[in-house]
Amino acid sequence: MTITEKILHHHTDLKEIHPGMLINARVDIALGNDITAPIAISEFRKAGGLKVFDRDKVVLIPDHFTPNKDIDSAQQCKFMREFAREQGLTHYYDVGEVGIEHALLPEQGIVLPGDLVIGADSHTCTYGALGAFATGVGSTDLAAAMMTGEVWFRVPETMKIVFSGKMKKWVSGKDLILHIIGRIGVDGALYKAMEFTGETIGQLSMADRLTIANMVIEAGAKNGIFIPDNITKAYVAERAKRLYSFYNSDPDAQYADVINIDVSNIELQVAFPHIPSNVRGISQVGNVKIDQVVIGSCTNGRIEDLRVAAGILKKKKAAPYVRLIIVPATQGIYKQALQEGLIEIFIDAHAAVSTPTCGACLGGHMGVLADGEKAVSTTNRNFIGRMGHTGSEVYLASPAIAAASAVLGRIASPEEL
Amino acid sequence: MKFKGRVWKFGDNIDTDAIIPARYLTTSDPNALAAHCMEDADPKFVKKISVGDIIVAGENFGCGSSREHAPIAIKTAGISCVVAKSFARIFYRNAFNIGLPIFESRDLWDILSDGQEIEVDGDNGSIRMLDSDRGPLSIEPIPPFMQQLVSDGGLMKHIAKKKT
Repeated sequence: MTITEKILHHHTDLKEIHPGMLINARVDIALGNDITAPIAISEFRKAGGLKVFDRDKVVLIPDHFTPNKDIDSAQQCKFMREFAREQGLTHYYDVGEVGIEHALLPEQGIVLPGDLVIGADSHTCTYGALGAFATGVGSTDLAAAMMTGEVWFRVPETMKIVFSGKMKKWVSGKDLILHIIGRIGVDGALYKAMEFTGETIGQLSMADRLTIANMVIEAGAKNGIFIPDNITKAYVAERAKRLYSFYNSDPDAQYADVINIDVSNIELQVAFPHIPSNVRGISQVGNVKIDQVVIGSCTNGRIEDLRVAAGILKKKKAAPYVRLIIVPATQGIYKQALQEGLIEIFIDAHAAVSTPTCGACLGGHMGVLADGEKAVSTTNRNFIGRMGHTGSEVYLASPAIAAASAVLGRIASPEEL
Repeated sequence: MKFKGRVWKFGDNIDTDAIIPARYLTTSDPNALAAHCMEDADPKFVKKISVGDIIVAGENFGCGSSREHAPIAIKTAGISCVVAKSFARIFYRNAFNIGLPIFESRDLWDILSDGQEIEVDGDNGSIRMLDSDRGPLSIEPIPPFMQQLVSDGGLMKHIAKKKT
């Protein structure tokens, strides 16, 4: 069996499971945010729900349109906050404590290896980096899980990605996942689990793994997963407040596809508008002038990302007429960046540094684009209108490219500085 | 389950940001969402359609965000069902969970144009072209559990029924 099949199996009472089977599975964590939870709460109440199945396992994170961007958002957050308070939820984090959900939950040890996690947010797949089964669902699925503690799944086939070789300078997890999406397409892993293995994994920090797992949804996958190792152990040991399990795939596990990738050939990657699979190596980008740079999000807003950006921005400034927006993904990351002197570097580089929010990534607030504007962003989607006007353009890249681009005013490699 | 209506065609990889842009997600009121249905793919869509019309799309319909607001907007706008070459997985489960009928057909898209009338018969798994002599097309069978979800009126009603 694969690690994905094993984790799903351990969350049922079934004798065996196999790909294609429809199962009901117990969830360890069920997550919602200020956009998706209001519908889930309404559905929960409409169906006669009084108490959630377990107040330690239902997690509500108001991170999208917060701090409240307008009156309607304020109403949605209030509705969610009142529910969290009424239910006595252990894991509810409001403005001042809140972080971007998929950075906050691993950081706080709320999600752990071996867990089965659902979230009414498509980037819930991020937690696969820890060796958990984690997948995005809709609000009604969340409502059902809040009520019953279970959710229905079709057991996915698994696609195995085998990384080999050593990564070039500046190349990061973001470049690896963009490369894969460019290669297999936005539905290349549709309905499947993506399991990341191979000798290169040992070189990947937890931050890189979280970035890779975060974007498997952009290849259509149900979940992305890494086999837990010493790096996982070091990451969770200081965070976990409950028991967790490490699973591994069996040597005779069945895979629907196996893709071998020699990472030593991969250069820095950029996804051009308007689809994440429209990927080019940095050497093929040409002269693309930009208006805005966003460094942050559940994909690339961790301390490691900010360190890379600060290393490039130190003693430099954003180019004239380029707006640089930097969003540490959690309060913990913000504080650490402050202590390490990164925030000072950013401010001296003329960056606007923001409290954690998903705002800019989905064109909500804190950096919406106008007609004809172009942005380099370390986020995960570049669909038409994703960050603002339908006439704007989003180029997805790593923090290294984003920081170098801010300085040069066009999409650029840090090697050019 | 039979649905008769005019067809509105969309291409591959129609994402949920195109179906209901994030700028409208400050509310979950179905009517407010329906007013902006498909806006970033076709700004005139809501004005053009009539109740019962059918969306016919290419590959990977509904990719991107998990927002259930997308199938809710489509359903509340009056679209009776969606037929696509394939669906992104979160959209697929959301549609069944809220009771929006969806069907997979690999061949329909290529032989239709906007405004043509079709009849989708979910029970016998066929699609008829009402304004052409062409024979019926078959659609992929819906798994029994999904059929149950749709006939129970969505996931929450299905759970309530199971309890009693």
